[in-house]
Amino acid sequence: MTEEKNRHMAFICSKGNLDMVYPALVMGWAALGNGIDVTIFFTFWGLDMVNKARVDHLEIPPLANTSMKMNMMGVPGYIGIPQWMGILPGMTPFATALMKSKMKKLGVPTVREYLEMLSDAGAKMYACKMSVDMFGLKQDDFLPCVEKIVTAGDFMDMTEGAQIIFI
Amino acid sequence: MTAPVLENLKLDAEGFMTDPSQWTKEIAMEIARQEGIETLTDAHWNIIEFCRKVGQQSGKAPTLRQITEGAGVSTKELFALFPKGPAKKVAKISGLGKPEGCV
Repeated sequence: MTEEKNRHMAFICSKGNLDMVYPALVMGWAALGNGIDVTIFFTFWGLDMVNKARVDHLEIPPLANTSMKMNMMGVPGYIGIPQWMGILPGMTPFATALMKSKMKKLGVPTVREYLEMLSDAGAKMYACKMSVDMFGLKQDDFLPCVEKIVTAGDFMDMTEGAQIIFI
Repeated sequence: MTAPVLENLKLDAEGFMTDPSQWTKEIAMEIARQEGIETLTDAHWNIIEFCRKVGQQSGKAPTLRQITEGAGVSTKELFALFPKGPAKKVAKISGLGKPEGCV
């Protein structure tokens, strides 16, 4: 009997905005639940997701976000938020608080909790060496779910045959 | 070849039972064996019984997070008890449909 290689999905997380950190967490969790191996590589702004000092403070700005409409605040229809309003102090924390409260109501775990779930379920997580060096970070700055800091070449070796999703 | 306990069982295309009232512990043990779990321990049964209870109340299989929170089991334990894809395995063994919901 030939041993069949298990399906493997690799996510590259390059963004740190609150809306952009969830796709990998949601899909990664679904993959693990279905018996698929998961590897997550954090690069550039994506390092914020696993940075101890940043993980609980990720935000979403309404500025330059044309999809964010006032219906999030209960205003019917799809009335836009004027771009100039986005530059007012407090708009980003306001949009962030709104999004977090919506997710909480849906029972979506926080980013920190999600990462812990993924790690406990067997996901392998790594930080990108070049980005880590650029931001002046070290292993100690990351949550324990980050196994180690690896190079792009290491990532290639680790994900041979995997389905790769860049976010 | 179908095991005797699994005969006349109503299944959907993916092998989930469509009539939860047909479920028995013997069926659960047989499906578990087919899914690669040789023996169901008390820890397994604790989770299965929780899923049965949720299924009876809502008609749906609980998601993994509902299981960890509701049955008082950690993510690590859940994945160790039902290795390689607990989401579908637990629902199948508990005689419920595919879990709906993303978390």
